[in-house]
Amino acid sequence: MIKRLLAGVLVAGLATAAHAGDVMKMAVTTSFHNSGLAEVLLPEIKADLDLEVQLLVVGTGQALKLGRAGDVDAILVHSKAAEEAFVAEGFGTHRREIMYNDFVFIGPKDDPADLGAATTASDALQKIAGAKAVFVSRGDDSGTHKKELSLWRAAGIAEDGFGDWYKSVGAGMGAALNTASGIHGYILSDRASWLNFGNKGDLALLFAGDPVLFNQYAYLPVNPEKHGHVKAGLAEKLEGWLVSDRAKALINGYMIDGETLFVFNAE
Amino acid sequence: MTDLWSGLAQAFWLVVTLDAELVEISARSLQVSLTALVIASLIAMPLAALLAVRRFRWRRGVIAILNALMGLPPVVVGLVVYVMLSRSGPLGVLGLLFTPAAMIIAQIIIVVPLIASIAHQSLRDLWQEYHDLLISMNVSQWQKMKTLLWDARRALLTASLAGFGRAIGEVGAIMIVGGNIDHATRVLTTAIALETGKGDFALALALGFVLIGLAIAVNLAIHWLSRTEREGRW
Repeated sequence: MIKRLLAGVLVAGLATAAHAGDVMKMAVTTSFHNSGLAEVLLPEIKADLDLEVQLLVVGTGQALKLGRAGDVDAILVHSKAAEEAFVAEGFGTHRREIMYNDFVFIGPKDDPADLGAATTASDALQKIAGAKAVFVSRGDDSGTHKKELSLWRAAGIAEDGFGDWYKSVGAGMGAALNTASGIHGYILSDRASWLNFGNKGDLALLFAGDPVLFNQYAYLPVNPEKHGHVKAGLAEKLEGWLVSDRAKALINGYMIDGETLFVFNAE
Repeated sequence: MTDLWSGLAQAFWLVVTLDAELVEISARSLQVSLTALVIASLIAMPLAALLAVRRFRWRRGVIAILNALMGLPPVVVGLVVYVMLSRSGPLGVLGLLFTPAAMIIAQIIIVVPLIASIAHQSLRDLWQEYHDLLISMNVSQWQKMKTLLWDARRALLTASLAGFGRAIGEVGAIMIVGGNIDHATRVLTTAIALETGKGDFALALALGFVLIGLAIAVNLAIHWLSRTEREGRW
């Protein structure tokens, strides 16, 4: 009896699903995935190219790391300086800008730091630091985290000027928003993650619109010269699709609660 | 609290309507954890029997290490397996990273010490009883191990079920080596982590209830199939 049970389980375990068509792996940022755009684009890619794109949803730091190790065929991230370094070191063949969305400041509805009256992103951060209001940072070396740090620097607040009010949680966008919701803190989020976030609680969108908050996404195929096994052909095919008019219509037409999230700007 | 109730309700509807995605990730959870469990048992049980009957120099040391490894942090196992299987790692040519096979490997490493330690405890007690008899019958070491394993099969079942419990509920390692890829390596626990990240607590809880239900169902099925707790047996 036990033997038959074991045999059955082994057969079930070894019989892995056979895939039809082509399969490639792409590392994307949590903010892209949380936006829900992937669920719109992937079935279309599957239909048009017969290409199954498997997404690894990680922070930008890890996405670049996966590309460096050759564990994925392409990456779609949003941290220009890190991306350019990635290409300069020869790990990516090139960097292709696809679209952008924007970052927004989220905080408790009663707004103790008065972010509603801020005029620029720097002004908003200075208000938070001035009021010593609780601020939740991603702290995970992601694109959003790097953006946040560059905004603090631009606001003239050095990292050693952070006090107890600055909480670095080392988590993805959704988890960090959960934390902010729990402790009534301010947080920098991409608009898509915020709109799709299900546990808003007392949080509200308090400041947005400063051009420095724009968030450019770029597509980087992994260099086959560094890693011979990467599916460069498929990565190229996907890039062709991502910059096509078809992708443009889908990306520009994607809305949550009547708001457009992404602006297609591939050339 | 409202999340709990809506989670329960959502779990109920997901199960009743046999939601396609739920069925897929539940089946994958079972496939990964049961495969890992079978292979881990095939490694751990002979190892436990060997440790019970054989006296060798480092025996105590091996047992102590095995016991200590019961608490192996899954996230560390995941990271080590990840580094080994990465394309730039020593086993990269196999191309196993981000596949169910990688998840199975990680879970085997996690549950082998647990199953071996629990199995060894009961085999050692049994060995005290059988020692004189088996020695006087002058049987081979292999026969001693076989006898012990067969006569302790109920206790070994408990060891296996403990291993299954650890495997099916584990998220740290399989998240790292599997990557939580939709339709490829997403299982119940990683889906729960994902939905929590999206702030959709109700769906996350619903998946959690399904996971608990699944663990109970598997335990009951194994008990039923192996006819424990029946009259004339214990």
